[in-house]
Amino acid sequence: MRRLRTLIAAGAMTIAGLTSTALAAGDVPLPPAQTWAHGGVNSFLSFFKGYDYASVQRGFQVYKEVCSACHSMHLLSYRNLHDIGFTEAEVKAIAAAQEINDGPNDQGEMFTRPGLPSDRFKNPFPNKQAAAAANGGKAPPDLSLIVKARAHHEDYIHALLTGYTDAPAGFELSPGANYNKYFPGHAIAMAQPLYDSGVTYTDGTAATIDQQAKDVTNFLAWAAEPKLEERRRVGLMVMLFLVFFAGIMYAAKRRLWSEVH
Amino acid sequence: MAHAPQSNFENPVVNWIDQRLPIFTMMNKEYGSFPTPRNFNYFWNFGALAMFVLVTMIVSGIFLAMHYTNNTLYAFDSVERIMRDVNWGWMIRYIHANGASMFFIVVYIHIFRGIYYGSYKAPRELLWIFGVIILLLMMGTAFMGYVLPWGQMSFWGATVITNLFSAIPVVGESIVTLLWGGFSVDNPTLNRFFALHYLLPFVLLAVVVLHVAALHITGSNNPLGVEPKGPQDTLPFHPYYTTKDIFGLTVFLIFFASFVFFAPNLLGHPDNYIPADPLVTPAHIVPEWYFLPFYAILRSITFAISLPFTDVVLIPAKLGGVLAMFGSIAILFVLPWLDSSPVRSARFRPIFKWWVLLCLVPAFFMLGYAGGKPAEQPYVLIGQLGTVMYFAFFLLLPIIGRIEKPLPLPASIANPVLGGNAATAK
Repeated sequence: MRRLRTLIAAGAMTIAGLTSTALAAGDVPLPPAQTWAHGGVNSFLSFFKGYDYASVQRGFQVYKEVCSACHSMHLLSYRNLHDIGFTEAEVKAIAAAQEINDGPNDQGEMFTRPGLPSDRFKNPFPNKQAAAAANGGKAPPDLSLIVKARAHHEDYIHALLTGYTDAPAGFELSPGANYNKYFPGHAIAMAQPLYDSGVTYTDGTAATIDQQAKDVTNFLAWAAEPKLEERRRVGLMVMLFLVFFAGIMYAAKRRLWSEVH
Repeated sequence: MAHAPQSNFENPVVNWIDQRLPIFTMMNKEYGSFPTPRNFNYFWNFGALAMFVLVTMIVSGIFLAMHYTNNTLYAFDSVERIMRDVNWGWMIRYIHANGASMFFIVVYIHIFRGIYYGSYKAPRELLWIFGVIILLLMMGTAFMGYVLPWGQMSFWGATVITNLFSAIPVVGESIVTLLWGGFSVDNPTLNRFFALHYLLPFVLLAVVVLHVAALHITGSNNPLGVEPKGPQDTLPFHPYYTTKDIFGLTVFLIFFASFVFFAPNLLGHPDNYIPADPLVTPAHIVPEWYFLPFYAILRSITFAISLPFTDVVLIPAKLGGVLAMFGSIAILFVLPWLDSSPVRSARFRPIFKWWVLLCLVPAFFMLGYAGGKPAEQPYVLIGQLGTVMYFAFFLLLPIIGRIEKPLPLPASIANPVLGGNAATAK
């Protein structure tokens, strides 16, 4: 084991490129750039932008009705949904709709109870092994940070969700795998998750695949970077102060130094 | 009270303290009236900036440590808890994460300043050596700090870098086991890295104290590289350089804050938002950007060095890479003795000036570029060329010092500053 790990690491060190070359070899196109209301979690020039909460809420619906069948979001609690515009009563109702395992109680037994706002999002599987066993040997990734954990962020998630096509002639697809234009290597275990009208939006928005993908990506972006708006707001005030103060200090410095030049 | 120095502070409390422990006298001597060359340019701000970043890192780091859990099962989630549930936690963490990058940016410019203006030359060799020790401590601290969030790059970066020590003959494997606290990067590794990551900044601070103490013995170098000859060549540190440093600091903070608040993950790697998984190797393991030049040197040695005409390998490629990488830092220690020119500032050294700007600086950027790319052509070649240029810069210095005809030096600092173009200088 030790030798194996040493080998892996030594290999990774000296030929780190080889595997990535195989994966990145040309034929995976860059995800097309989309327009995001918040500019993107990693976007620099988006000082005044914030999340489109109507879309984030619809995205939560997509997550709840589609993604959450397989994907956990263990860093989020139901109470966090308050931040995207759900009322406290709504948050309580969303939480209470879930059966949560709890315990042990004072008899030493585990029990189930309706969810509370303080509970983390319920994991669709009791543990990682069960998640892997139910999904062909590999657990579906947790989605709490997925937008920050992939290069190209929102654009990649959107491209992946809308990138299912038939495999081109000659592409060997192993059983259980699906062809996706934007997935590295193209063979993805996840079957196409979104279909036109797969969910029914209550606000009358037409639930096209593209719309659902945008909405759920907005939701996932918020989940990955919930403090984005606070961060930019504070940042603007900090900048305003610093620029002002730099001006004062520059004037003070010039005045002081004019005596000795 | 026989030995008590006379203090003449107006405030009686200050006076009382100062007669018993002359800290106010010392502060005034070292930071108040301290005679400082009058001709600093803005490159001389970077020492103060580095000091500021160090303090920022220590303060933000202590607050992070209050909420961080150093256990492989909880480390990743505890960092996310800081990001989501700790008051202002997102800001503290982004300051700390980007602060590491800022520290290296500032220190690399500080080192460039030292090389370009010959600040390492007599009588400042020891000052320079303390600086190289600080750089080494910074690298160790930053490397271990990057492991703590226990993301994929944390884990695999730790695996790759600790494995380098296995290249050392005979004792290498034992050293790696000692670093790991076991037979792979695991919980004991995380625990000791956290302990050391908390300890080393204070060791670093102690060396910074020595660095500054040595500076205050020799006094600062300056862009002309000639020693101040009298009071007309210097200004008291306060208020002239305190004001200038605070202005420079504010401009630097605008740069720092633009990362913290508007692009906090730009300098990080997306894979470090995936929890560490020993069973899944990332497609492309890269260290933090500030290690890329050294990583490129490591990877540039793609060949073993054998006894000529035999198959006897003297230095395997891996060991060669490790030696080259450590050598790239080690060579800095002897820089004061490699450079044979008596002239400090590159301003008066027609060959050295372009040797720095066209050999060392491009080598550094080429290495940084190659280090971030996969180990394939043309990047390997760029890295190897950068490695040759980097070492050539240092190793040819003795010759350059001998063949170069330096320009005439100014008689004093005050002369060219007040005489020539002083009116338009600022």
